[in-house]
Amino acid sequence: MAAAARVFIRGAHATLSVPGAGKQSSARSALLKLSPGCSSRLKTQQRHAAHFTFQPEPVTTQYGPTQKMNLFQSITSALDNTLASDPTAVIFGEDVAFGGVFRCTVGLRDKYGKDRVFNTPLCEQGIVGFGIGAAVAGATAIAEIQFADYIFPAFDQIVNEAAKYRYRSGNLFDCGNLTIRAPWGCVGHGSLYHSQSPEAFFAHCPGIKIVIPRGPLEAKGLLLSCIADNNPCLFFEPKILYRAAVEQVPVDSYTIPLSQAEVLQEGSDVTLVAWGTQIHVLKEVANMAQEKLGVSCEVIDLRTILPWDTETICKMCRMVGYKLRPG
Amino acid sequence: MYSRWRYAPTSCLQSANQRKEEEEVIHPPYQLVAVMHHFVVCQLPKKFHKEEEEEVEPADPEGHSKACVEGRVRVVPSCVVFVEGKMLTNISNVLRACAQRNGAAAVVSARTYADFTTEATFEVKKCDTFKLDEGPATQVTMTRDEGLQYYRTMQTMRRMELKADQLYKQKIIRGFCHLYDGQEACAVGIEASIKPTDHLITAYRAHGYTLTRGGTVKGIMAELTGRRGGIAKGKGGSMHMYCKNFYGGNGIVGAQVPLGAGVALACRYKGTDQLCVCLYGDGAANQGQIFETYNMAALWKLPVIFICENNRYGMGTSVERAAASTDYFKRGEFIPGLRVDGMDILCVREATRFAAEHCRAGKGPILMELQTYRYHGHSMSDPGVSYRTREEIQEVRSKSDPISLLKDRLLSNNMASVEELKEIDVEVRKEIEDAAQFATTDPEPPLDELCNHIFSNSPPVEVRGTNPWAKLKSVS
Repeated sequence: MAAAARVFIRGAHATLSVPGAGKQSSARSALLKLSPGCSSRLKTQQRHAAHFTFQPEPVTTQYGPTQKMNLFQSITSALDNTLASDPTAVIFGEDVAFGGVFRCTVGLRDKYGKDRVFNTPLCEQGIVGFGIGAAVAGATAIAEIQFADYIFPAFDQIVNEAAKYRYRSGNLFDCGNLTIRAPWGCVGHGSLYHSQSPEAFFAHCPGIKIVIPRGPLEAKGLLLSCIADNNPCLFFEPKILYRAAVEQVPVDSYTIPLSQAEVLQEGSDVTLVAWGTQIHVLKEVANMAQEKLGVSCEVIDLRTILPWDTETICKMCRMVGYKLRPG
Repeated sequence: MYSRWRYAPTSCLQSANQRKEEEEVIHPPYQLVAVMHHFVVCQLPKKFHKEEEEEVEPADPEGHSKACVEGRVRVVPSCVVFVEGKMLTNISNVLRACAQRNGAAAVVSARTYADFTTEATFEVKKCDTFKLDEGPATQVTMTRDEGLQYYRTMQTMRRMELKADQLYKQKIIRGFCHLYDGQEACAVGIEASIKPTDHLITAYRAHGYTLTRGGTVKGIMAELTGRRGGIAKGKGGSMHMYCKNFYGGNGIVGAQVPLGAGVALACRYKGTDQLCVCLYGDGAANQGQIFETYNMAALWKLPVIFICENNRYGMGTSVERAAASTDYFKRGEFIPGLRVDGMDILCVREATRFAAEHCRAGKGPILMELQTYRYHGHSMSDPGVSYRTREEIQEVRSKSDPISLLKDRLLSNNMASVEELKEIDVEVRKEIEDAAQFATTDPEPPLDELCNHIFSNSPPVEVRGTNPWAKLKSVS
């Protein structure tokens, strides 16, 4: 099942294996013109990256009063709620004390004290190892890795130590209190080491959970779920959305269940599955496909990469008749 | 006859001491008339005028007197003007015209470079040592040529970084840009004591080292703007610049240090006397892989000089808040260490020479901590004042700027003139302007470079997502 369902159409340039669609070449050319502003620029300055427009969620009142927040503010709000409700919660990482390089922890040190929000030296392996230890001893440890690109020194700690702790100790010990947050994904100018999306490296490791939100509303709920979850979680925050994504986010605590994909748009011809920033691209693609090709697309946000919501995906794909192929 | 002409002080102000000094130099019976910006005017009182005036040498076709051209001096009755370099021709023509009108003769003498001290000895700060019986020398000599070369390189580096700052703010340079100004003495000092066949590897603050290791300003600036004329073909950017025997330019903090040890192993293995200079910062000094490398280097006696460039801040965190021990030169524990004043180029040069001798003698690795400072923030997205005060930056700039220190040394020891240094500044500025012009107008690398060089030859598998216009194949 997992092997068969491994492919997801993530890019707008994919061949849509749509039964009965005879206009595939024009589809491709239509899909390629994603950046309308491109032609007006100088040849040398033409950006070849696709653009996207952030599409905010509708306002929800089910979780109480809301406030306009962007992604980093919603993260701050989630951490604020956690530190307020859980006296064992600690936040640590590189430069988190002054607020962090993306301002996700602004004001928390002043509010909760320097023994609860503190800087670590420059040592990712040390940060995660230390976080595992703190979590095992009972603290709710929220570690920040400054960029997801820097998570690789900590790969051993995550995969070999954190993921397998419960199993190898026969459930005697676990580091479920650990949550690792990292800014994730391309940002347009990040190049090799400030743009990576490393979730695939971790996606085949049983014992950890990987969660990627698509906007502030999702981010706060999913982060609070990760913190509450009894398994070590990796929470990747799309850095390009830190300021660009603004939504009405509830001020109080609320959780969004993990391992549940969300169907954003119903459709009957093809299923498009993505996570993080790409959701906004795919929503646009779905609209374009509908307008230009008359193709009805279903858009699903996976949200939790591991363990992923097999039920929803497979059910949707079966309904749609989409031909699964290994990627 | 006068065998020695002294260069006139540049200040227009005539202090009493200065005048007295000049008077001593101007041999009697000439009397000092004025000390000007570029020249000294003195005159021979009337009673010493000869009965017959000496003939003025016939001028060459361009109107320059032979003396002028040859830079010699002739005794002249009424007026002698000591003139500097470029103004020579202008002033000589004017004066000749004036003098001839007044019935006097004029001779202009060119300042010769024999005026300058060719070599001087300087006192540098003593380096703290760790597990070493003796440290580098505190009395160092520098020749005039060396001094001018260091000045030129440091000034080029400084202007290049400031130009990069400017281009970044104009959004011509994108991405991340980590500037090196303030730390020039480290790069230039190290390069002064190692050979071009030695190897060097550093972290992301690499523009300075790219220059000293053989990169051109044009290549560096074009790399910053991501054009095909760049030193890494425009694909690397600010953090990934490479040239011969310079292994970059590495983005991941601390990752370059084991790499440097590997290079040193290769040097030893091949039996050469080359060594590897392996640089990292005060932030990286807390990375685990640094300690792994110390162990390997010491165990196998690798010819590696570990250099910690301590600029007091690891991005936004000061060293006191990041490190249990800020004596980075002692962190090697079983590796001997030196703490060096990284703002003084001669101190850095001497310490590197000492360290290089240590390595080449087969004694194994050595660790140097260069205490330096960066004026800009960590990168262009960091203003640099949220974790340190502007006063601190100003203080370092005014008291310990490496270029100013060198300049003062050169001037106060009469090894160069202000004009000469100014000339160098002007040339450097022009070079940087040309390079910036090139960097802005050179075309970007072609699109087929996007996925070039992922693998050694053409990729054995199609790397998905690397070419937005590649058609993904359908199985059906």
